[in-house]
Amino acid sequence: MTRIIIDGKDIDVPPEYTLLQACEAAGAEIPRFCFHERLSIAGNCRMCLVELKGGPKPVASCAWGVKDCRPGPNGEPPEVSTRSPMVKKAREGVMEFLLINHPLDCPICDQGGECDLQDQAMGYGVDTGRFIENKRAVENKYLGALVKTIMTRCIQCTRCIRFAAEVAGAPEMGAIGRGEDMEITTYLESALTSEMQGNLVDICPVGALTSKPYAFAARPWELGKTQSIDVMDGVGSAIRVDTRGREVMRILPRLNEAINEEWISDKTRHIVDGLRTQRLDRPYVRDNGKLRPASWQEAFAAIAARVRQADAKRIGAIAGDLAAVEEMFALKDLLTRLGSRNFAVQGGAAFDPSLGRASYVFNPTIAGIEQADALLIVGSNPRWEATLLNARIRKRWRTNALKVGVIGERCDLTFDYDYLGAGPDTLAELADGRHSFADVLKNAEKPIVLVGAAATSRADGAAILSLAAKLAQAVGAVKDGWNGFGVVHDSASRVGALDIGFVPGEGGLDAAQMAAGGTDVLFLLGADEVEVAPGGFVVYIGTHGDRGAHRADVILPGAAYTEKVGLYVNLEGRVQMANRAGFPPGDAREDWAILRALSDVLGHRLPYDSLGALRQALFKGVPHLMRLDQIAPAEPGAVAALAGRGGAVDKAPVAPAITDYYLTNPIARASAVMAECSRLASGRVLAAAE
Amino acid sequence: MAVRRLAPKEVQPASFAFSADNLAWANMVIERYPSGRQQSAVIPLLWRAQEQEGGWLTEAAIRYVADMLGMPYIRALEVATFYTQFQLSPVGKKAHVQVCGTTPCRLRGAGDLIEVCQHRIHHDQFALSADGDFSWEEVECQGACVNAPMVMIWKDTYEDLTVESFEKVLDGFASGNPPKPGPQNGRHFSAPLGGPTTLMDYRGEGVPHAVKEPVLADAEAKKPGEAANTTERPSPKPPADDATRKGGA
Repeated sequence: MTRIIIDGKDIDVPPEYTLLQACEAAGAEIPRFCFHERLSIAGNCRMCLVELKGGPKPVASCAWGVKDCRPGPNGEPPEVSTRSPMVKKAREGVMEFLLINHPLDCPICDQGGECDLQDQAMGYGVDTGRFIENKRAVENKYLGALVKTIMTRCIQCTRCIRFAAEVAGAPEMGAIGRGEDMEITTYLESALTSEMQGNLVDICPVGALTSKPYAFAARPWELGKTQSIDVMDGVGSAIRVDTRGREVMRILPRLNEAINEEWISDKTRHIVDGLRTQRLDRPYVRDNGKLRPASWQEAFAAIAARVRQADAKRIGAIAGDLAAVEEMFALKDLLTRLGSRNFAVQGGAAFDPSLGRASYVFNPTIAGIEQADALLIVGSNPRWEATLLNARIRKRWRTNALKVGVIGERCDLTFDYDYLGAGPDTLAELADGRHSFADVLKNAEKPIVLVGAAATSRADGAAILSLAAKLAQAVGAVKDGWNGFGVVHDSASRVGALDIGFVPGEGGLDAAQMAAGGTDVLFLLGADEVEVAPGGFVVYIGTHGDRGAHRADVILPGAAYTEKVGLYVNLEGRVQMANRAGFPPGDAREDWAILRALSDVLGHRLPYDSLGALRQALFKGVPHLMRLDQIAPAEPGAVAALAGRGGAVDKAPVAPAITDYYLTNPIARASAVMAECSRLASGRVLAAAE
Repeated sequence: MAVRRLAPKEVQPASFAFSADNLAWANMVIERYPSGRQQSAVIPLLWRAQEQEGGWLTEAAIRYVADMLGMPYIRALEVATFYTQFQLSPVGKKAHVQVCGTTPCRLRGAGDLIEVCQHRIHHDQFALSADGDFSWEEVECQGACVNAPMVMIWKDTYEDLTVESFEKVLDGFASGNPPKPGPQNGRHFSAPLGGPTTLMDYRGEGVPHAVKEPVLADAEAKKPGEAANTTERPSPKPPADDATRKGGA
């Protein structure tokens, strides 16, 4: 620790701290534009100037180390002032320079009201400008479907360049020209390819990069803000849902160091317009092959008629990717009362929760990736299956401490890796220790074996999972204080479903059997990725007129994730609660309430009249779900049990689980913005294949 | 200085590749840098590409060099647009005249040279003359202030110019017989015009009587058309002897 005096306050800070960090530790606020905690230091905005005693000029505190400060003549600790007249004058000067070329268009700027430059000009600037010459003007640049540019507003902080190169791993942004003519652009204004580009809008301290879909939509102060959880993938990023009236206007990231830091993926952010279109806002019943609007009573009666006729063994339910734990619990409860054992969650065929929780969650945890020193990715494209988890891997990889090997599809993961093979036979080689990468894992202190959805969604997914568990055991990835066996789920509902046992019971059918005609009455709880064979009676409880609704015989309109309070368990096994930001449209209701009402008509009334009562019943069965934002410790023995399972693996190469990142769920498929992103991305794929 | 953009698509060639000689040279340059740091070679490679393409940097060449060094295209573009010595649009086939317009040259008549360019070549900088043989631009100090005013054409400087001698230089390039680089008024390098004016009667050991001829005879002077930063010596000369060396081996 090093002593330093800041504004007369004597504090001890680690010597590797910058002055800016030291000042913050001392409680002084330092204005900044170019400096960002998660990016490299540029030191080019000069807003963070402080006075260092003995120095002739103010110094940029973001780029000046505490250990670089010289002690006083008698060995006194260095002295920094953040409030002296020199600092005040320096800040005013910097601000005046920044504002010289910044347009006075705050009234029409989308950043207005949440603009760093606006705030800091108020806080640290002067009240008038002296500049009477012409301001410079810069042509706007095309950066793709999500980021809108008004480049005249740019103050060249280069945060966007650093974010693209460092965090997103797509070094596409750059600054061309020099001096006053410096301009931020991509190479010849090609569209950005990163699936994290939406964050550029957040890190831009001014209104130069703004959200294209949200352009001129609302002002920050007129929005209602709801803290919630994202359900676009299994990561469960922390988000803030901004609403005006009943309409969701935008989604922003919230800080959660354990999961998403302060980034979110584009799918999480820009799915907003999908919440408004293609919505199911009233029940439908199929009459003579055509769906017609119906009342709730009619719809329930139609279901009751079919359920009464059906054999309980031929009633089943499949949960979709976006289902919350409560409604899956209620659905399972209802069908169990009817006598059914046929439950399945989409893509969950490979997992057996009876082995233990550690067999299907990402045990090392997302934050734990930052301690790992070797990583084997089996059948996964984490960039698409769990974008923020991939960003965390990249963050660790950038420290040069992580060695990565990949089995499966060869794709750009934003970090370098050893490509080991395309199919499970390479995994078998590794598990037998016949592959050189096995030594890398063995010699690593904290290795991770990551199994992704591309592997577990295969018919032999369970066998691959078992093989991977065997490898994890063999290389010592599962030991005291470290469980390096991790499963990456690409859907928000899956871990929750496995936690409450939403899986085929004894003698029950799995999702494929149910869809292939094993059921007479099939409940689809927002399950759109299943192809249900003709014949059976399908009840679709969901939000969007998507694949499931097209096949359905009765449609019960439910609530999307921004319209209900619901528990979700992320891929680490962390229980989180999504909050209601608005109400579902029209006659649509919260899914658990629909099931409660339906249970009455079916003659098996569920014993809970409120969500609270439902939760009590849920927590009685699965107590760890009541510990919000925590990961219940998973018994590592489950990995050994999983390894013992074995099974025959298919030699075929692993095919990607996600073919179109932007269109993976019904909300995304209803979103015009996602469709445009998908179109741009597919154009890139074609161009790359040529 | 103005915003620098790449030339429009119509004038850009579809592809670029180094000639065999240049490729060998480029690989030699890349080898100078430790592995993983090949990107350091971007400036020499872009420069060589510019020479090969007749004095300007094509978009294809930027991509080619970026690919060769394994760097994102935007990083190579940043370098190409940063340095004004990289020409981003076609220049005159016979000569691209860089007229120094900084203070010493201005005071010694660079304004007149610019007027000559405007009349003979094109009113605007960077625009090709009607026949496409010439173009011109005003540049900042080229470091030949003692011989002001001066212009730089390709790798050579033509110094101590007047309107007449500059016209002659341009005539030389137009006819394919460029004049000898250096001062165009008979000066030897930057020695005084008309012979030495000092040390007239210095008599030293081995120095005959008075020095009438210029003492400076730089055998290692830059040859016309040759890059100024290359010399015949493969490595720098050892430093001159001093007291510490004399005592030792």
